[in-house]
Amino acid sequence: MTMPASEKGAEISRRDFLKSGAALASVTLAPGVTLMAFGGNASADGLKPGARWGLLIDAAKCPSDCSACVSACSAEQGWENNGLDTDPQWIRKVTLRDKKTGRENSLPVMCQHCDEPPCVDVCPTGASFKREDGIVLVNRHTCIGCRYCMMACPFKARSFVHEPVTNQKTISPRGMGTVEGCNLCVHKIDRGDGTTACVEACTATGHNAMMFGDLNDPESEIAKAVSTYASQELRADLGLNLGVRYQNI
Amino acid sequence: MQRIIYRELRSTPKVWGLMALCGAFVAAAGFSVLYVEEYGHIVTGMNNQIVWGLPHVFAIFLIVAASGALNVSSIGSVFGKMAYKPVARLANVLAVALLVGGLAVLVLDLGRPDRLIMAMYTYNFTSIFAWNILLYTGFIGVVAVYLYTLMARGVSPRTQKMVSLVAFLWRLALTTGTGSIFGWLVARTAYDSAIMAPLFIAMSFSFGMAMFMLVMILTTSVSNRVYSPELRTRQARLLGVFVAAVLYFVLVHHLSNIYLAKKTAYESWILLNGGIYTLLFWVGQVLIGGIIPLVLLFHPKIDVKKGYVLLAALLVVIGGLAQLYVIVVGGQAFPLDIFPGFEVSSSFSDGVVASYRPTLLELSLGLGGVALALMLAGLAMKFLRIVPENLTDDNVDPVLLTD
Repeated sequence: MTMPASEKGAEISRRDFLKSGAALASVTLAPGVTLMAFGGNASADGLKPGARWGLLIDAAKCPSDCSACVSACSAEQGWENNGLDTDPQWIRKVTLRDKKTGRENSLPVMCQHCDEPPCVDVCPTGASFKREDGIVLVNRHTCIGCRYCMMACPFKARSFVHEPVTNQKTISPRGMGTVEGCNLCVHKIDRGDGTTACVEACTATGHNAMMFGDLNDPESEIAKAVSTYASQELRADLGLNLGVRYQNI
Repeated sequence: MQRIIYRELRSTPKVWGLMALCGAFVAAAGFSVLYVEEYGHIVTGMNNQIVWGLPHVFAIFLIVAASGALNVSSIGSVFGKMAYKPVARLANVLAVALLVGGLAVLVLDLGRPDRLIMAMYTYNFTSIFAWNILLYTGFIGVVAVYLYTLMARGVSPRTQKMVSLVAFLWRLALTTGTGSIFGWLVARTAYDSAIMAPLFIAMSFSFGMAMFMLVMILTTSVSNRVYSPELRTRQARLLGVFVAAVLYFVLVHHLSNIYLAKKTAYESWILLNGGIYTLLFWVGQVLIGGIIPLVLLFHPKIDVKKGYVLLAALLVVIGGLAQLYVIVVGGQAFPLDIFPGFEVSSSFSDGVVASYRPTLLELSLGLGGVALALMLAGLAMKFLRIVPENLTDDNVDPVLLTD
């Protein structure tokens, strides 16, 4: 369910509240001195106004032996996982087995693009940031590689680049010593593809377990699907309001 | 009773030998930093599951101990225990030195230490890390002013007390910030608890006092000066109280976790089945860092047993490092519970305890931080008048001896 704009405006978010405390503290400590600007530039050219990009993943349609979404992401973004603990993994397939019933299923897990992202909260330099359309990104130019975001992420969605990188994709620059993760194929969204590499690959296999779209657009396929059928967020208890939702876990 | 006289350390082979030893460790750490810079963190034991390893253990130990070392000074100025006054200067210097050592390790373990300047001008005020940058740098400034009030002539006791109070409150804020780095991590079962802040404050009292006493024993020994046995005994007993306080907070933390159904799996792992972490908890943290020091420090003959004090302080430091290893690495090794009620598996270590094998490079960086702190403190003692020359029982405050 999305909140009407008027209600949103009346609320002060937790982050804004914290920032106002920080502003007050800095004014008190050093009146008249402006040392830093708050927040990052989360607006980019061509953003769809009011959009909240997200994914809907149907675990019932996701076969355990398929990892097309993972391969597609790897090829699109130029990262490679060869099974080492130090290798990056922007998206992974997780196999679940219900402890009580024994039922097994499988689903992909990636950055959940939280509305209240803990990684953004903890990042000391603001390199982790959320765009106005809900996409959570890392600015590789300001990331100092402290890895606090990796400590804070409830979904292990981020990887640290442990070694020099070669053959980078121009659409997705990477760098040793910085942190990276799913960017929801922001380059594709910004050029109007209307989908992501993982969703494209999933659709191409015929499984159709993944759907991409604007959760805030009532006419979009994804918004209609989440308003019609039951879906859930991972770790809903944390109240992070995720951009990725799952069905049939 | 004589007036306390402060003198610089004399240039003896022992003093310069110790400096050279510290210098060698710092150089080794420098090499390891350059090596990791060149090849990336792939050459360390850290990985995408254990993102903070041994360097963080040392860094956090030093940062926590720094605020605790300042406490030795605060006891004299803020709480009026005049017997602590003669060692206040050294406590201030040691506090700054430990903090610098800890910060050096923390910064040099960054993925991009060359970009540290970013952290100086692009602040994110919702990050406790960013707050800590202000708290740490501010601490150095406040303690420097405090040291000035202790060493300069003509500073009124009122001013000195006020500055010392600010420094004391600042150090409480600093350790609250350090504890909250973990306490505010909602995602991980091992952390996510408000008790982390007071626990870290208790740890700072304990580790800081232990480090101070070790440095004091070493310094007075190499410079043939006196460490008043009466003051030493008082500090030893106080260290005992701090060690007990740490154990208390640890007990409450674990009991609270055991009471919460969602945390019992973590508790049974860390307390019973966690392998190296369980061993480090019970043997390293509780026995070596807690129970044995308590027995030594509250020994009836502690006033004449200098060796007991030395051993107890050393064990508190070793136990403290073990405790931080359990908190920092153990807390990350336990799998995240992303899917409650399910057994999970993946190619990214979901559902399994993460593995971590620290390398010599990381140990070298951590020890380099300790050596840097000791070297800075040593240089300050060599060139500044901060170590008392005549700290005998007769020259410490007589009130102490009668109460």
